[in-house]
This record gives sequence, C-alpha cells and structure tokens, in this order.
Amino acid sequence: MTQSLPESFAEFGEARQKGFLRVKEIKEQGGKVAGVFCTFTPLEILDTAGITPVSLCGMSDETIPAAEAHLPKNLCPLIKSSYGFAVSDKCPYTYFSDLIVGETTCDGKKKMYELLGKLKDTYILHLPQGIAGDDALEFWTRELRRFITYLEDRFQVRLTDAALRQAARVRNEERAARLELMELQALTPPPAFGYDIYKTLEGLGFCFDRQEAIDKVRSLTAQLRADYDAGKRPVSPHAKRILVTGCPIGGVLDKTVRALEEKGGVAVCFENCSGIKAMHQMVDTEAEDIVQAIARRYLSIGCAVMTPDSRRMALLKELLQTFRVDGVVEIDLQACTPYCVESFWIRQAAEAAGVPYLALETDYSQADGGQLSTRLEAFLEILE
Amino acid sequence: MNYYIGIDIGSTCAKTVVLDENKTLLLHLVQPTGWSSVDTALAIQRELREAGFDPEQLPCVATGYGRISVPFADKTVTEITCHGRGAALLHGGEELTVIDIGGQDTKIIRVEGGMVKDFVMNDKCSAGTGRFLEVMANTLALRPDALCDLARRGGGTSISSMCTVFAESEVISLIGRGEKKENIAYAVVDSIVKKVASQARRLEGSPGRVCLTGGLCSCAYVRDALSIELRTEVAACPEGRYAGALGAALSAFSIRGKNV
Ligand code: SF4
Ligand code: SF4
Repeated sequence: MTQSLPESFAEFGEARQKGFLRVKEIKEQGGKVAGVFCTFTPLEILDTAGITPVSLCGMSDETIPAAEAHLPKNLCPLIKSSYGFAVSDKCPYTYFSDLIVGETTCDGKKKMYELLGKLKDTYILHLPQGIAGDDALEFWTRELRRFITYLEDRFQVRLTDAALRQAARVRNEERAARLELMELQALTPPPAFGYDIYKTLEGLGFCFDRQEAIDKVRSLTAQLRADYDAGKRPVSPHAKRILVTGCPIGGVLDKTVRALEEKGGVAVCFENCSGIKAMHQMVDTEAEDIVQAIARRYLSIGCAVMTPDSRRMALLKELLQTFRVDGVVEIDLQACTPYCVESFWIRQAAEAAGVPYLALETDYSQADGGQLSTRLEAFLEILE
Repeated sequence: MNYYIGIDIGSTCAKTVVLDENKTLLLHLVQPTGWSSVDTALAIQRELREAGFDPEQLPCVATGYGRISVPFADKTVTEITCHGRGAALLHGGEELTVIDIGGQDTKIIRVEGGMVKDFVMNDKCSAGTGRFLEVMANTLALRPDALCDLARRGGGTSISSMCTVFAESEVISLIGRGEKKENIAYAVVDSIVKKVASQARRLEGSPGRVCLTGGLCSCAYVRDALSIELRTEVAACPEGRYAGALGAALSAFSIRGKNV
C-alpha cells in the first residue's frame, strides 16, 4: 500500500511524522488501526484486540474550510478540523484507520460522528451523561462489553479476561510513567518548561509500542531529575507557576502556552486532556470483573461533558496545592459549550482557593495571537 | 524632585505624560500614531526633550500596542495594568471598576488599592468596541462623536446582531426602511452599551466605583446610557484618555538608578 504524502504532512510534528511511517508498517504487516478522538476511549480493549489506536484530533485550521462545507461555522475548531482532515483525505492516520471509535461526549462531536460514519466505519460508544450512582457504571460496563463483542465478531479475535488484565497492566504502567514526568514540575523552580513537557506527552501518542513509550518517558524523567540534581535550572525561580485547564489545547499551544512562557510564566501543570486529568486513575487489574474495572477507571475522568463534573473540581483543588500554583489559566475553544459554561465553576473554585484566574477563548486561527499574549502578560503582572 | 514618564502607544494615537514624585501631572502630549510606532516614539522623545524631560535620563515606561517600539523605555507594561493604575489615580477609591472602550477591544478592569486584581476582554470580535461604532458611523455618514450626540435624541429601535458585519447590514436595511437617523444612532449605542455592560457583569464581587476611560470617555451620552444599564453612576473625566500613560508613569516609580 503506497500513497503520496499529503501536503499538510509537513505540519505534523516530528513524532506524528515518524508515527505515520510506523502506522504504514503496521498496516503492511497486516495489523489493524483504529482512529480515536477522546480520552474516554478504552485503550486496553483495543490493545487486547491487537488494534493500534491513533489519535485523529484535528489541530490545524487548514482543513476547516473543507469541513464547513458540511458543518456549521460556529462549531468547535477541534471538531471541524478533525472532520475536515477526514473529508479532504489530508490525514494519513484517518486514511489508514480500519475503524473509527467515537463516544457520545459533546453534542457537536457526536453529531459529527454521524457524518463521519458516511466516510469511514465508525463505532460509537455511549457514555452516560453523569457519573453518580451505580447506574452509570453499569451502563458504561455494558457498553464496553458490547464493544468487545463487536470487535470479536468483526476482527475474528477473542478478548480473554487474562489478556485484558495484561493490557491494563501495561497501560497502567504507562500512566504511572507519564505521571512521574508531570509531577517533576512540582519542584521549585520546575525542571522544564510546560511547553516541552506537553509536546513530549503528545508525541507519545504517536509511538505505537507501549513498552517503548514507557521506556522513553522514564528515561526522560530520569534525565531531567539528574540534570536538576546537578544544579541545572532552565526555569527562573521567579517564574509564576501556572496551572492550565480547559479544552484540549494541541491546536492552540503556541499562542497560549508558549506565549505565557515567553512572557515569564511557567506551566507547571496541565489539568486538561493530554495532561493529568486522564492519567491519574489506574485500572484495578486484580478486580474480579476486569471489564467493570476498566469501565470504572474511565468513568472517573473529570470532563465537562459530564453533569455535574464533580471530579474535575475535586482534582483541581488538589492540583492547586500539589503544584503550588500562582495562577489558573483556562483555555477554551470557541463554541465549546461544556467548557465555556463550566468555566463559571472553575473561576469560583480558583477564587475560593485564593488563586487568580484568567479565561481565554480562542480558535485555530492566528488572528488573535497578539491579543492573547497581551492578556497573558497582564495576568502575569497581576501575579507580581 | 524626581520625574517619571509614561508613554501609551495605542492603535490610533500616542499619549505621553510626565508625573513628579507627588504624582502631579506636569505635562501631557498626544499625537496620532503613524504607520511606524518607532517614528512616533522618536517624535515623542524630541518633544519631551524640548520640554526639559529627557527620557534617556528619567525613568520611562511604555505601554499600548506599540510598547515594544519605544527604544528608550526602561521597561514595558501591558495596557491592562496601566489603564487600571491610571484610572485609580484619576478616580481614587479603594475599589474601582474601569471600563475602557478602545478602538480594537474593550477591557473591564477591577482595581483594588490601586492594583489590578482581575480583568475581562472581548474575545476576537469587535462587538462592543470603538471599531463597531466607527463602522456604523461610517455607514450613517457621521463622525463617531456626532453619532453619539445624535443617539440621545433617538429611541425605539434596536439592532439585534452582535456581529459587526451583520449589524452593518441591519443598519443598511433600517436606512432603507426610512428609519430616522437618530433612532438608528440610538440603536448602535444601545447595542454597544448592552454588550459592554454584560461583559462588566462577568467580573465577580462588588464593582466599587465605576469609571469610563479610553476614546469614548468624552462622549457624555455613552456614559449616561452605561450608568442606566449598570444602575450605578459611571464617572468619566477629561484626562480619561491619558489613563494608560498615567499608569505607565506610575509603573516607572519602581525603576531604580535614574532619578537620584
Ligand atoms: S475534553 Fe472531554 S470530550 Fe473532549 S477529548 Fe477530552 S475527555 Fe474527550
Ligand atoms: S473542545 Fe468542547 S466542543 Fe470541542 S470536542 Fe471537546 S468538548 Fe466538544
């Protein structure tokens, strides 16, 4: 299977680029690939089925015009960009996906999946709308079992409990390794800039050998620790310590996090999707019912698509202390209803903890770069 | 006596002030920002020297969009911090809410004890900014200040769209329908005031005194309409347009090593 490289390929980060070649190899060796969009996707189930998950989250505005041929303008840029990559055939990962797995998270995404279903085989996992009570767990566990049966039939595989447990152990180990790296930032001053940590975590999603990914993070963590112990201090001790929360920010990282760090702040903690929120819970691999244990683990992710989102509030409170946070910056994507509404509670929580709060709403264009950077700078001036 | 210079290079004009150590305003200058902020900065330097305040010798802080283009400034501070501090100097009060309707954006700044505590700004949209007013004034073949004055005599019409592009076509269809100019002017100001007021309500806690700074502060009708909408008296003073420069001069107080 060969295909000429799409034009937008160059814009993929290096990790994404190398990852593309790996996915091609996987396909050539007869492997299967699933495109995923969200941290609620039960990765250990795909792992067990021998299917390689790869993130299809759109992070560039280049494909938005193509998406707007089918989708309304005032929709979150992540949804539009992702769909645009799929319709315009610009994303090699979408191209190679045997299956797309989506969840009923926000309205925009779940309706977009219906359209995506016309282009690609799309399987939708139904998430409950809240996490309270046993009903939610039961419902989600049933959904995972239905998914397992679907994969078994479709790909002619057997997903045994023992194999699921093993896959969960490996994923747990990776989560722990990622957490260790993120937790280094609790040091004062932190050993690295948040931008680099974020890029590293994001790049790991494009490394498809779990053990290799685990080894990579571990050795990076060890290296940072050793440098720090040897007295290296790349970040000033006066840099204001910022916790970043809100929507997935892969597509706006430069004009937000990088701008913040250029102005003298440092992102010590990412509460959002590629950061801590989806990494700090483990699957209980010894539980009697392993499928339920996996379900329980994913349900404990605090995301604004849940009502109420009590997990996010609880985690936030804890992180403000652990990382000795000076200020909270919420980065939301334009037209993201769940997060833009929930920012009301985040502001309140920050104020209750006596930590200044700044909310930014942005999209994937470059037009507001100057204004965002002025706002971030003014926020840092407040923290002085 | 020690002296402090503040320079605010905005998108349409540059404001400069000199304060003495008692925070008394000794000098204020204003000039249009040409296409080059650096040239504007050099012109300011010349004028300051002629008045006997050499910015190379005195503590000097630059703010505003063009703040990075002032080669002789000792440091730069954002317009948000400067507007807040400057307004506090002008209006006093322990708690103050500053509404700054600027050309490109509108800022609502909460100030406590002379220091900025919180702020909100419009997101990537010109609704509720001076730009919105300018576009509408253009459509009505009026100058922005004439539009504001005319608005006081109008009423009974509204513009529903917040987006400048759609609002402009609404205005055009109002003109087509033969709606009176003053009623359309009223609708334009009303739309800005409502948008700004809803932004102001996003900041929590007691607003304290409320004041208007920036380009629109000389427009009495905007201030009156805002007072009604926010149910509190909105203060404004003629020096309001210098709030940013004043705040910059205040920020220069912390610069050591120049004044002795
Ligand atoms: S923000 Fe929520 S819905 Fe969106 S990708 Fe993250 S976990 Fe999924
Ligand atoms: S950022 Fe918000 S609107 Fe966009 S996909 Fe995530 S939850 Fe949905």
